[in-house]
Amino acid sequence: MSCALLLLLMSWALAMRTGAAVEIQRPRGVPLSKRQFYEENKPFTCLDGFSTISFDRVNDDYCDCRDGSDEPGTAACPNGSFHCTNAGFRPAFIPSSRINDGICDCCDTTDEYNSGATCQNTCREMGRKERESLQIMAEITKEGFMLKQQLIHEAKRGQEDKQGKLTELQGSKKDLEEKVEALRTVKETAEDPEKEAKERHLKAWGEQKELIRMEKDKTRMAEAFLELDDDADGYVSVAELQSHLELDPDSDGSLTETETQGLLGGADKVDTSTFETVWSGIKDKYLSEGQSDPPAPVETPQEEETRDFVSDHYPEDYAGEEEDVEEDEEDDDHEEEEEEEKVPPTVQTPEKRADDEVSMPPYDTETQSLIDAAQKARDDFDEVERALREVDDQMKNLEKEIGFDFGPSAEFAYLYSQCYELSTSEYIYRLCPFNRVSQKPKFGGSETNLGLWGQWAGPEDSLYSVMKYDHGQGCWQGPNRSTTVKLTCGKETVVTSTSEPSRCEYLMEFTTPAVCQEPASLDEVLQGHTEL
Amino acid sequence: MANFIERMCLYLVLVLSVFLSIIQAVDRSNFKTCDQSAFCSRQRAMKPGQSSYRALLETLELSDSHLTVQLLNNNNKVLLLLELYRLQGNMTRVKINELKPVKPRYEVPDVLITDPPTELMSVVAQDEHRVVLSLGGEDWRLILSAQPFRLDIMEGPQVLLSLNSRGLLAFEQLRIRKDTKSQTDTKEAGEKEDTEKHDKEKVSEGEEAEEEVDQPGMWEETFKTHADTKPNGPSSISLDFSLPGVEHVYGIPEHADGLRLKNTDGGDPYRLYNLDVFQYELFNPMALYGAVPVLLSHNTHRTMGLFWLNAAETWVDVSSGQGSSEVPQTDVRWISESGIIDVFIMLGPRPNDVFTQYASLTGTQAFPPLSSLAYHQCRWNYNDQEDVSAVDQGFDEHDIPYDFIWLDIEHTDGKRYFTWDNNKFPQPKDMLQGLLDKRRKMVTIVDPHIKVDSSYKIHTEIRSRGYYIKNKDGGDYEGWCWPGNAGYPDFTNPEMRKWWASMFAYGQYEGSMENLYTWNDMNEPSVFNGPEVTMHKDALHGPWEHRDVHNLYGFYVQMATAEGQIQRSGGLERPFVLTRAFFAGSQRYGAVWTGDNAAEWGHLKMSIPMCLSLGLVGISFCGADVGGFFKTPSAELLVRWYQAGAYQPFFRAHAHLDTPRREPWLFGPDNTALIREAVRQRYTLLPYWYLQFYHAQRTGQPVMRPLWVEYPEDIATFSIDDEFLIGRDLLVHPVTDERSSGVTAYLPGNGEVWYDVHTFQRHDGAQNLSIPVTMSSIPVFQRGGSIICRKNRVRRSSSCMENDPYTLYVALDSQGNAEGELYIDDGHTFKHETDKQFIHRRLSFTANSLSSSDLSPDSQFPSASWVEQVNILGAQKPDAVTLTTTDGGESSVEFAFDPDTAVLTLRKPGMNAGVNWTLHLR
Repeated sequence: MSCALLLLLMSWALAMRTGAAVEIQRPRGVPLSKRQFYEENKPFTCLDGFSTISFDRVNDDYCDCRDGSDEPGTAACPNGSFHCTNAGFRPAFIPSSRINDGICDCCDTTDEYNSGATCQNTCREMGRKERESLQIMAEITKEGFMLKQQLIHEAKRGQEDKQGKLTELQGSKKDLEEKVEALRTVKETAEDPEKEAKERHLKAWGEQKELIRMEKDKTRMAEAFLELDDDADGYVSVAELQSHLELDPDSDGSLTETETQGLLGGADKVDTSTFETVWSGIKDKYLSEGQSDPPAPVETPQEEETRDFVSDHYPEDYAGEEEDVEEDEEDDDHEEEEEEEKVPPTVQTPEKRADDEVSMPPYDTETQSLIDAAQKARDDFDEVERALREVDDQMKNLEKEIGFDFGPSAEFAYLYSQCYELSTSEYIYRLCPFNRVSQKPKFGGSETNLGLWGQWAGPEDSLYSVMKYDHGQGCWQGPNRSTTVKLTCGKETVVTSTSEPSRCEYLMEFTTPAVCQEPASLDEVLQGHTEL
Repeated sequence: MANFIERMCLYLVLVLSVFLSIIQAVDRSNFKTCDQSAFCSRQRAMKPGQSSYRALLETLELSDSHLTVQLLNNNNKVLLLLELYRLQGNMTRVKINELKPVKPRYEVPDVLITDPPTELMSVVAQDEHRVVLSLGGEDWRLILSAQPFRLDIMEGPQVLLSLNSRGLLAFEQLRIRKDTKSQTDTKEAGEKEDTEKHDKEKVSEGEEAEEEVDQPGMWEETFKTHADTKPNGPSSISLDFSLPGVEHVYGIPEHADGLRLKNTDGGDPYRLYNLDVFQYELFNPMALYGAVPVLLSHNTHRTMGLFWLNAAETWVDVSSGQGSSEVPQTDVRWISESGIIDVFIMLGPRPNDVFTQYASLTGTQAFPPLSSLAYHQCRWNYNDQEDVSAVDQGFDEHDIPYDFIWLDIEHTDGKRYFTWDNNKFPQPKDMLQGLLDKRRKMVTIVDPHIKVDSSYKIHTEIRSRGYYIKNKDGGDYEGWCWPGNAGYPDFTNPEMRKWWASMFAYGQYEGSMENLYTWNDMNEPSVFNGPEVTMHKDALHGPWEHRDVHNLYGFYVQMATAEGQIQRSGGLERPFVLTRAFFAGSQRYGAVWTGDNAAEWGHLKMSIPMCLSLGLVGISFCGADVGGFFKTPSAELLVRWYQAGAYQPFFRAHAHLDTPRREPWLFGPDNTALIREAVRQRYTLLPYWYLQFYHAQRTGQPVMRPLWVEYPEDIATFSIDDEFLIGRDLLVHPVTDERSSGVTAYLPGNGEVWYDVHTFQRHDGAQNLSIPVTMSSIPVFQRGGSIICRKNRVRRSSSCMENDPYTLYVALDSQGNAEGELYIDDGHTFKHETDKQFIHRRLSFTANSLSSSDLSPDSQFPSASWVEQVNILGAQKPDAVTLTTTDGGESSVEFAFDPDTAVLTLRKPGMNAGVNWTLHLR
C-alpha cells in the first residue's frame, strides 16, 4: 500500500516541479525527460533508431516512425503516447488515440486542442483533492502502522501466553493422566465386591419372588375350584367345567364332553388334590367367572413405563445437543442420565408398581455400602477423566491457534475468533477471519455459508493482502460459493464493502491496521511538497 | 444476491417440470418430431404419385395481372382456386386457397413491403390438356397441365422448376366439426346456405365424393401434458417442387446445421417453428428461434429461390437424387399447419438477381447506426451502476475499444421491462450520461412477456386496453417466463404495436436517453410452461389462432420496438434493435443473433453457416455470442471467437449468469493483447462494413456471403462454410480449431489474385492455400481488383473516429486495375435518406492512375475526413507521383516502395474524402 502511495506522492511532487518548468519549449505531447531528442530544425531520429526524418515531420499528423515517436502530439500513430503536463496535478501519459477524440482526458485540457470539445482545466482542483486524500491516507497509514506495532506486540505477548499456557496444560495433562489411571484401579477394585453383592441380592430376591408366585397360584386354584364346583360337592365335574368355552382345546367354539373329560385327565370329576394337575393344564386359559379378560402379562406395563420414562426425558436433551453440537461436546446431563438408569426402578417409583407385583426389597446395608463405595469411585474417576478431556481440548485449540499463519509478525492474530459484519439493503454479511464468511437475509431466511477459511492469496509480493475463503454452500447449477477478502490499510478493523462480481464468487473489502506498511520517509516527502 | 436468484430458480424448477427437464442439454423430448406433429405425420404419410388434383381449364380466367383456374380434388371433390401472377423482376407467384372455405384462411400480412407489381401474362398455346403462358422474352414459358395438375417453368426446352410434379399437393379443407354440425346447420342459416351451395357444386361434377374419415390428431392433439383443442380441425397444406439439375440448396434458417441443406430422407424434415431451445444441438434440423421460409437453389447455370409465405408451423423435406435421364435433381416439399399456399418463385438467374427479387418482396436490411457495427460488450448481467462503470473503465485501461455495453434482465425491477432495479441502478441517466461522455452507448433488454402485477403500469395498461393475447376461452392468456406469471401482448394488432412504440418515448421509459437502445429476447414467444416452451396454438389473436401467426410474433415485436425508437427521436435517428426470433422481413427492423449457443469449438464453427444462411435470406445483420453463452470458454477459444467475431456482422460478446467473468482483460496480458488486436482490426475496417450495409440496404445483397455467391460457376465453392466473404472483397477463414497450427483456405477465382491483409503477400486464385497459424493469426485476404478504405486510427469508440482520415488499400488485379467505393454520412440519422446528406464515391485505379469520382452528385455531406495514406498492393515502383485536384492544382506526393512485398505507399496525399482527385503514378 504505502509503496504505491509513496510513488504517487513522489510523482506528484515531480509534477509540481515540472509544472513550474512548463515554459520550456518542446513539441506537443513530449515529456520533459525526452525533450532532448526533439531538437528543432535538426533531423529527428525515431526513438527506436529505425529511421530519421526531417523535423517538420514531427507532429505533422502522419505516422513516420514504427514506434510512433514522431507523433507525440497527434493521433496519427497507432502506438503513440501523449504526455500531459497537468500542471498542478500529476503528469500523465495517455494513448495518442485519445488526442482530439472529443473526450477530455488530461486535466490541463491539452489533449483536446482541435476537437471542438470544451474542457475545463481541473488540475489545480484535482491536485488539491489528491493532496487532501493523500494527506488523509498518509495519516491513516501512519496511525495504522502504529496500531500495527501494538498488534504485533500484543500478538507476540499473546503467543507467549499461549505457549506458556500450553506448557502449563501439558503439565496438568500429565498429572491428570496419572490420576485417571490411579482412580481407574480404585474404581475397578470397588466394583468387584459391589457386583458380587448385587448378584447375591438379586438371586435372593428371585427365589423369594418364585415363592410368592407359587403361593398366589395356589390361592387362585383354590378360588377356581370353588367357583367351578357349582354344586359344592367337593368335585369339579365335566358338566361344571363345560361352561368354560375358553378352554376349548381345538377352539371350534364348542367344548364337548370328551374334550372336557380330556381336560380332567380322563375322569368324570376331580377333587381338590387331583384338580392340582388339571389346573396346571388350564390356568393359562381359564377365565374367572367374575372377569371377562385374562389378566395382562405381568411384565408389559413395567416395560412401557420404562420407555415412557426415557422418551419423557430425551427430547430436550437431544434437541439441545443438535443445536450446538460443536461447542458442547461434553454433555454432563447425558452422563447423569446414564447414572439414573443404573438405579433399580423400584427405588424410584414404588407407588407405581402393580399390586400383584412385589417390589425388590432394598439392599441390605452391607450391599448398599459396597454400592455407595463403588459409585463414589466411579464418580471420582469420571470427574478426573472429564478434566483430562477438557485439558486435551484446550491444548488442541491452542495448538491450532498457534499453528495459524497470522502474518509475518502475527499482526493478524487479533482477528482470530472475531467476527465483523456489514449490513446492506438486503443482507447482513459476516466475516469471521480465519474461520468463515456468511450472508444472512435481513428480512428472514437462513444464513448462507460463503466460504470457509482457505489461505492467504495475495500476489507474491504481498501475500497477506488477500484472504481466500472457499468451499461455501454450493450454488444451484454453479460452483461452491467462495469469497475473496481484500485487505487495505485502515485505522479501524471493518468490512467496508461486499459484492458478487461473478455468480457465487464474492468480493469483500476489509480494512485493518495489520496491513499498514511502514510510512518510511513519507513524512519527509509530504513535508518537502508542502514547502513547494 | 446469488441467494435470491437461486431461490427464484429453484422455485421455477419446482413449479415447472419443463424447466427442470431442460437443465443440462437440449432435451429433445420437449420438442416435436414430425411423427409427434399430427399434421406433419399425416402429410408425410402421403407418398409421391399421381396427384388427385385436376385443373378445370374451362374455369380459367386471365386478366391483365393474373390468371385464375379452379383445381378439383378427385377424391373429396373439394375445389381450390389457383392464382398465378407474373411479377416484375422475373418472379412468379402461385397462390392456392380453397374456393369456398367454410371460414377464411389466414393470409400473412405485413411481411411483403408492397403488393408486388405484376406484369402482363399471355397465353401462347392452349388445348384441353394444357395451357402455355409466356413469362416474357422468347423462351420463358409456364406450362399448366390439367390432369394431373402440375406447373412447369421452362426456359427453352429446359425445365427449371416443376410444381406438384410428385403429386404432393394436399389441402385439408376447413370443415365443420362433426359433433357440432347439426347444431351449426340449424343455427346459422348463412353458413348452411354456403354449405349447400358448396355441395351443389360438388354434385354438378356428377361424381360421388368419397366420405372422408377423420384421422387421429385432426380435432385435438396432445403433446406431453399439453392439449391442443383444435377447434377448427385439420387445415394443413402441402406442395412439392422439383428442381432438375440442382444438387445444392440453401436457406430456410434457423437451424444449427451446415450451409448446404441436407437430404432429409429417412430423418426429420427441417422444421420452421420459432422455439426457445435450451442448449441447442449442432447438425440438427430441429427448429430454433427464428424462421425464414426461403430456400435457394443453385447450380453453375442458375440460382433460384422459393419463398413460402406462411407463418404457421412448417416442415421442409429436401431430397436430392437422380431425376430422369440421370440428371441430378432436388425435390423440396413444404408442409404447413394452416393458412394458404402462397409461394414466390424467384427465377434469378444470378445469385444477386435472387437477392434483388427477394428484397423487392420483403425489403432490405435496415441501415444500422455505424456504431452498432462496432464491438458490443454484454453479460447476463452487469450487476449495478458501479459494475457498468468499472467495465467501461476496464476497456479504457486496457485500451480496447467498444461502443455498446448491454444490460440483461437483472437490471429491471423484478423483470418488469421499462423499469430499473432501484438498488442496483438508482440513477440510470447518470450512468447513460457517463457513457455518452465517452461517446458510448447502452442496450437494455425489453422482452415481450409482461409481469402480471396490478401495480405495474405496462401490465395494467395492456390489460385495460385489451391488448393481451387471449386463451381459447377468451380470457387473457398467461404463461410463465422470467417474471413468473406473465401476459403476452398481441403484437399482431397494429393498435397494440402503436401503443408499444409509444412506450419508448423518453417521457414514458423512465431513465432512458438517446444513447439507450433495445434488445428483444424471448419473442418466439418463450413460455416456460407452454407446449414446446412456447404458446398454446389455440390461443387467440383477435379472430386468428396463435397457430396461424406463430412465426410472425417475434417479427412484430421487433417491428414495434424499432418503430418506438424512431418515434422517440421524432423520426430523425436510426434505431438499433436486436431480436432473437425472426421471420421473413425481419431484416427491416434490425439485428439478429443466433441465440443461446455454448462455449464450444463446434458452436464457434457453426456461427459461420448459421449467419451465412441468414444472409442468403435477407438478414445480413447477424452474429453469434462471442465466447459462447452457456459454459465457460478456455482462453484459447475465447481469443479465437473474438478473432472470428471481429469479421462477422454483429460483433457482441455475451455470457450466462452462472459463468465466471470474462471481460477481455481477465486472461493474462498475452490474451488481452490478442483480443485487443482482433477488436482493433474490426474498428479499422468499420468504413468497409458500413459501406457493405449501405449496399445491403440498397440492393438486398448479403453482407456476409458464401463464396458461391460471388463465384457461382466454381463448384468447389458450393459447399464451403468454414470461410466466407464480406462483401465481394474480403475473404475470411477464421481459425476454429483448438491448438490449430494451420488452416487451408480456398481462394476462388481463376486468374484472380488475393492479398493477405496482414503481410500483403500475393496468392493466386483457384487454389487451396495452406496457411500456418499462430494464436495471433486471423487469415483474411483482400481480392485483387478491389480498393478498401480503412480508418487506422483506432479510438475508444467508433464515434470518436468520425473525423479521422482514411487509408486506402488498393489491391491490383492481374491487369493492374482495381476499384472500390467509399460511403460517408453522419452515421446515425435518416438524413442520408431524407436530405441526401451523404458522400458516395467511386475509387478507381486504372492505367497507373487512382481517382475518386462522385457516385451521387446530387447528395452532399460535409466531412472532415481526408486521405492520409494510400497503399497499392502488387505495385511497381514509379518515378514520381502527382496529385491533381478539381481546382486544377497539382502537387507531388512522396512515396515509398517495398520491393519485397511490392507495396507502394503514398505518404499523406491529404485530399478531403469528399472531393474529386486523381493520383498519377509515372
